[in-house]
Amino acid sequence: MADIDIRKVEKFYGKNQVVHGVDLNIQDGEFIVILGPSGCGKSTLLRMIAGLEEISNGEISIENTVVNQLEPRERGCAMVFQNYALYPHMTVAQNIGYALKVGGMRKAERMQKVEATAKSLGLDQLLDRKPAQLSGGQRQRVAMGRAIVREPKVFLFDEPLSNLDAKLRVQMRLEIRRLHRTLKATSVFVTHDQVEAMSLADRLVVMNAGRIEQVGTPEEVYHAPASIYVGGFIGSPAMNFLPCGVSDCGTFAVIDNTSFRLPVDPEIGRTIAGQSVIVGLRPEDLKIAPEANDPNLLTVAFDFSEEQGSGRLMHGRLAGRDFVLHSAGRHHPAPGAPCSLAIGAESVHLFDPTTEKRITVAGAKTGQTGTLPAAFQKTSDVTVSGAIQ
Amino acid sequence: MIERTPLLNIVTHAVLIFGALLLAVPIWLSFVAATLTVAEVNSPNVHYLPGGELWNNLTAAWTRADFGVKFMNSMIVAIAVVIGKVAISAISAFSIVFFNYRLRMVFFWVIFITLMLPLEVRIVPTYAVAANALYPFQAILDFTGISWLIAQFSGVELSLEWNMLNSYTGLILPLVATATGTFLYRQFFLTIPDELVEAAKMDGSGPFRFFFEVLLPLSRTNIAALATIMFVYAWNQYLWPLLIITDRANYSTVVMELRRLIPGPDAIADWNVAMAGTLIVMLPPLLVVILMQRWFVRGLISTEK
Ligand SMILES: Nc1ncnc2c1ncn2[C@@H]1O[C@H](COP(=O)(O)OP(=O)(O)O)[C@@H](O)[C@H]1O
Ligand SMILES: [Mg+2]
Repeated sequence: MADIDIRKVEKFYGKNQVVHGVDLNIQDGEFIVILGPSGCGKSTLLRMIAGLEEISNGEISIENTVVNQLEPRERGCAMVFQNYALYPHMTVAQNIGYALKVGGMRKAERMQKVEATAKSLGLDQLLDRKPAQLSGGQRQRVAMGRAIVREPKVFLFDEPLSNLDAKLRVQMRLEIRRLHRTLKATSVFVTHDQVEAMSLADRLVVMNAGRIEQVGTPEEVYHAPASIYVGGFIGSPAMNFLPCGVSDCGTFAVIDNTSFRLPVDPEIGRTIAGQSVIVGLRPEDLKIAPEANDPNLLTVAFDFSEEQGSGRLMHGRLAGRDFVLHSAGRHHPAPGAPCSLAIGAESVHLFDPTTEKRITVAGAKTGQTGTLPAAFQKTSDVTVSGAIQ
Repeated sequence: MIERTPLLNIVTHAVLIFGALLLAVPIWLSFVAATLTVAEVNSPNVHYLPGGELWNNLTAAWTRADFGVKFMNSMIVAIAVVIGKVAISAISAFSIVFFNYRLRMVFFWVIFITLMLPLEVRIVPTYAVAANALYPFQAILDFTGISWLIAQFSGVELSLEWNMLNSYTGLILPLVATATGTFLYRQFFLTIPDELVEAAKMDGSGPFRFFFEVLLPLSRTNIAALATIMFVYAWNQYLWPLLIITDRANYSTVVMELRRLIPGPDAIADWNVAMAGTLIVMLPPLLVVILMQRWFVRGLISTEK
């Protein structure tokens, strides 16, 4: 059972703290994606699991063994690097088999394993090539092969797809997912790409400035972001945020400096009646109401739009802020014409303006579930075929 | 950027040919001189075309300077210096670049500073050490009174001595210890991406494996370049061997013996034999450069990133 337990882990570079007390429990066989902007400490956390970076404070255990003092090779992890890090002077076969060679495996057995691995990755024709003679996608596969061949307990990926072009990236994403289904090894995957994160993750860890903001399934993170940060980070285009005041009866929120009302789940509204909040509205949750200019409905005039194929992004301003709406289908409001928006209480996300955390009712189930937008949908049940470039 | 007009072509070629002639003419003249008789070489009009005495002059030079033994000595010294330098500089650069210890930068600077001190500058202290390599230790023991204590208790007068004069060790060791190679390797090791080091760690490779199975194969072209330069450097050493070798019959090198072929003021001015000797002495470094050049040009073409 290769579960990973991360307890109160901190990392200092000199006096500069880059990881702040991270607690995370990763189940055996789980595919965890760590998502966050560049420089938030994702790689540092991953490298502490791998043993490439010293753990300043706290403990990491793998399979109930504390690994703080263990060398990388003793931890049973394999890692795929962003720039592949293939040995330039070795052939593909030697690259894949190097860990086994170091581990003292006999040549015949080793070659057998290397060939089997290469075959599963479609590399069997390239075994005698040097990395310089391979395309980016093929190098990526060799890097994967090097990790797979060891049959590790844990796979660690540090932005392995970010050097590939868009098409290949999608293809490799599917392949990694398929691989995980067959190998069922615990995997930790670091990325700054939310689409990649959402489509790969069993559970998503959203990080910001060395702290974990939220841990949850992609659906939970998308439908019930735990903070303003997560709400703004996940989803494209980003969530709209509006400062509001909740009515005394707790059933609606009034957008500051306007008379527009937004419905609020009364169960939550009751606990925050009369307080000010930040409301988050996802561009794709907003619908244009058929009847224009209903005084109670939120009304916006959009200045310009961006065609997306699947719909259109409508940009306007509301209460002195930029406002975006995703208008699905083919019929879109004309620029400049005021439109009323129909908004259900379930798409109104409430955040505390001081703590910036999501406001929930104690004891209520954490977040609704629903379907994710098409771009984020899980790449399960896929078979990958076709040639490699 | 590069313009190609007929005029410019002519000018560049003229410059090129002039440079080549400047380098080639003295070599050609010494080759021609090596093929002449004593009379011809001393005649006032300069010969530009070879004569027929090359073989005779070569054999005369070979026997007179006793090149048989001396060639062996020069080979031993040059090869040992090359091996020693390549090994020491690779290991010291490995330590400086890939290990994190407190005095790392201090050691780097200590090595780096010796770059500025060629053998000629430190030749007197180096001679003192070569005469007795253990002298500094003896001095420490004497100064601290330990030798006195030992003499009191055991009755043995302590006198440490390791004399390297008139030996291969003495010829080789002082030449091995210079910083050029270390610096060259350091610059190359710094270009190795951290990810590669980490990948090796993840694959379970320790420092020694990494050094032998990853770093050394990757620095093949560096080794070739360093070996070439150092072979020529060691082969051409003159001052140092002259200083420490008094037993010329057994330990002198070809470059030292070349001096003997140069005619003195009272002797016959047989410059033809001296030039033939020069040709012989020049040959090994020339061959090494030609052979190794092919090697590192090949390394440069198949750019491995
Ligand atoms: N070796 C190092 N020395 C000092 N600071 C570092 C080092 N490595 C990373 N950092 C800092 O730690 C922070 C987190 O880095 P990293 O984990 O690489 O971020 P990312 O989330 O982009 O992978 C960054 O601010 C970076 O500048
Ligand atoms: Mg990173």
